[in-house]
Amino acid sequence: MSEQHRGIWVFAEVNDGTIAGVSLELLGVGRVLADKLDVPLAGVLLGENITPLSEQLIHYGADEVYVIDDPVLKDYRTEPFLAGMGKLARMYVPEIILYGATPNGKDIASAIATDLKTGLTADCTMLDVNVEKRLLEASRPAFGGNIMATILCKKHRPQMATVRPKVMKSLPADPARKGTVIEEKLQMKEEEIRTKVLEIIKGPGKSVDLEGADVIVCGGKGMGDEQGFQLIHQLADTIGASVGGTRDAVEAGWLSHDHQVGQTGETVTPKIYFAIGVSGAIQHTVGMKNSEMIIAINKDPDAPIFDIATYGMVGDAREILPVMIKAFDERLRENEVVSHA
Amino acid sequence: MHIVVCVKQVPDTKVIKINPKTNTLDRRGVPSILNPYDTHAVQEAVHLKQQYGGKVSVLSMGPPQATAVIKKSIEIGADEGYLISDRAFAGADTLATSYALTKALEKISKTSPIDMVFCGKHAIDGDTGQVGPGIAKRLDIPPITNISAITKVTKDYVELQRKLQDGYAYIRSTLPCLITIEKEINEIEYASFPNMLKAVHFQPVVWSVDHLENVDRKQLGLKGSPTVVGKMFAPPKQEGGHRLEGTPEEQVKQLVEVLKDKQDLFHVNKS
Ligand SMILES: Cc1cc2nc3c(=O)[nH]c(=O)nc-3n(C[C@H](O)[C@H](O)[C@H](O)COP(=O)(O)OP(=O)(O)OC[C@H]3O[C@@H](n4cnc5c(N)ncnc54)[C@H](O)[C@@H]3O)c2cc1C
Ligand SMILES: Nc1ncnc2c1ncn2[C@@H]1O[C@H](COP(=O)(O)O)[C@@H](O)[C@H]1O
Repeated sequence: MSEQHRGIWVFAEVNDGTIAGVSLELLGVGRVLADKLDVPLAGVLLGENITPLSEQLIHYGADEVYVIDDPVLKDYRTEPFLAGMGKLARMYVPEIILYGATPNGKDIASAIATDLKTGLTADCTMLDVNVEKRLLEASRPAFGGNIMATILCKKHRPQMATVRPKVMKSLPADPARKGTVIEEKLQMKEEEIRTKVLEIIKGPGKSVDLEGADVIVCGGKGMGDEQGFQLIHQLADTIGASVGGTRDAVEAGWLSHDHQVGQTGETVTPKIYFAIGVSGAIQHTVGMKNSEMIIAINKDPDAPIFDIATYGMVGDAREILPVMIKAFDERLRENEVVSHA
Repeated sequence: MHIVVCVKQVPDTKVIKINPKTNTLDRRGVPSILNPYDTHAVQEAVHLKQQYGGKVSVLSMGPPQATAVIKKSIEIGADEGYLISDRAFAGADTLATSYALTKALEKISKTSPIDMVFCGKHAIDGDTGQVGPGIAKRLDIPPITNISAITKVTKDYVELQRKLQDGYAYIRSTLPCLITIEKEINEIEYASFPNMLKAVHFQPVVWSVDHLENVDRKQLGLKGSPTVVGKMFAPPKQEGGHRLEGTPEEQVKQLVEVLKDKQDLFHVNKS
């Protein structure tokens, strides 16, 4: 570790020619940290024909953008991306690097951490800096329940963290912002790379659309059994919502893993989120707490889910849900009749 | 084909509880299990062995009790088991873990060259998924993470389906390589009776630090771990919102009222 390490970097993930939302969110939180430490904030762009995207990173808060534009970086592969990031990090010695906790972000971050022999904290949901000690305070839910742990990397630089998508907020784009673009080259030939991307198929992998849903009905262990869980499906069917579940509901076998919301499932931000028979453990709430409106039903008036619910209903879900389904159903059919008239 | 699967013993996080007064973990009576993703990794390696021949070894770092997850792997159909166990490994973060496992893999490959290393996508206790790519970097073999299918295996290369945020990538990699396994890759099968018997009597090869070669002790365990836990704290309490009161009927009525102007978000199910 040395005094030379300065500046905060954000790895800008590019998919299909667009910058991933999480990278813009990281620029938002990175801006705050950079201002506290009084250092520049930089975006790092690796890919093919991506140089024009530098401007967007600047509009969202970057002071500098490091770019390597090279055909071997067309699709994400660990080897060339590691070579590129490793080269930049050794040349320009940042003190902090942030990555989205996406499959590619986690992959590159893990490889770089080993390459640079430094620490990496996974799946953070809160970031701050200790200005005096120039320490990144990376906090994440810790195993086993409602507790957060702050992870520090005291003696190694850069300090690195992956951050869950949708937990940080991006800044509004400012088209007047100016910044510098620093271009570097990667000396790597396609023949040297041991992995090839044969094909990329978008979309069909996901049978469940949670990410894009406006309304999600999520059921937890409190639904009792598989039959009880049918009420969740019925409500979702009635109002045309997507179905989510807690890990406990998934592990009970009531629905498949791709429905899981939370730290090890999806992070969602629908307009309305129903949390029914869900206790509100932190590993669950990190995946849904930024929903616009949260409606919780739980028979325990002290369940933590009520701390984040916009509307809380204390009671037995098995009693409330049939009433609710009937009410919504009537309401919606009425409206339909009106709109068809 | 020689596949080595890295397997970790983890607390069954479903039953861990936090003491809300002290903010500490209550580990009493918490059973340990084979990390679920590693279970799928062992199963997949066994499938490949059945199809293409060769053998499956498993490697774990942990206290002597971790022998249990090696036995579990033998039940699934693994052939050999290695446990690296030493106080010097204790307190390792992902960087120090990948270092120790790499040293063991190097030793294994001396007598029996390795074609593929499998890891789980992540361990359910730490949840990082950083150890696999770390091992690959140290062994200088390509890592391919989040594998949901192995579609082709030849002497020189494999073809893999890699799960992305929104779809799949099909990847070809030269061998040797390291892959990390998603749960959807297979279904866990019932253990066969002969494998269960074998597991009962199975004893893994156990290595301490002194058995490993060219080890830089400074890179092991707590000393070799750049990250430390600074503090534990309860998540910031948020202001709870509005409570709806009354009988179920009354509560629902209030809710319907509240949602009146949001009804365009709801869609009548036409079916
Ligand atoms: C590393 C790690 C990762 C994790 N990742 C995730 C994740 O991604 N997603 C996730 O969800 N969890 C995750 N968890 C698990 C998480 O800690 C909780 O255990 C889980 O979210 C609890 O699920 P639950 O709310 O369905 O069940 P419980 O905690 O059992 O809660 C059930 C609730 O239902 C209520 N209830 C019971 N009966 C009724 C009734 N008739 N009517 C109304 N309410 C009723 C109870 O009062 C209770 O509050 C993870 C844990 C770990 C350790
Ligand atoms: N102590 C260990 N012993 C063996 N394998 C491990 C160990 N720790 C991690 N691994 C492997 O690395 C994977 C990812 O772990 P992690 O990076 O901790 O989430 C696990 O699924 C295992 O395959």
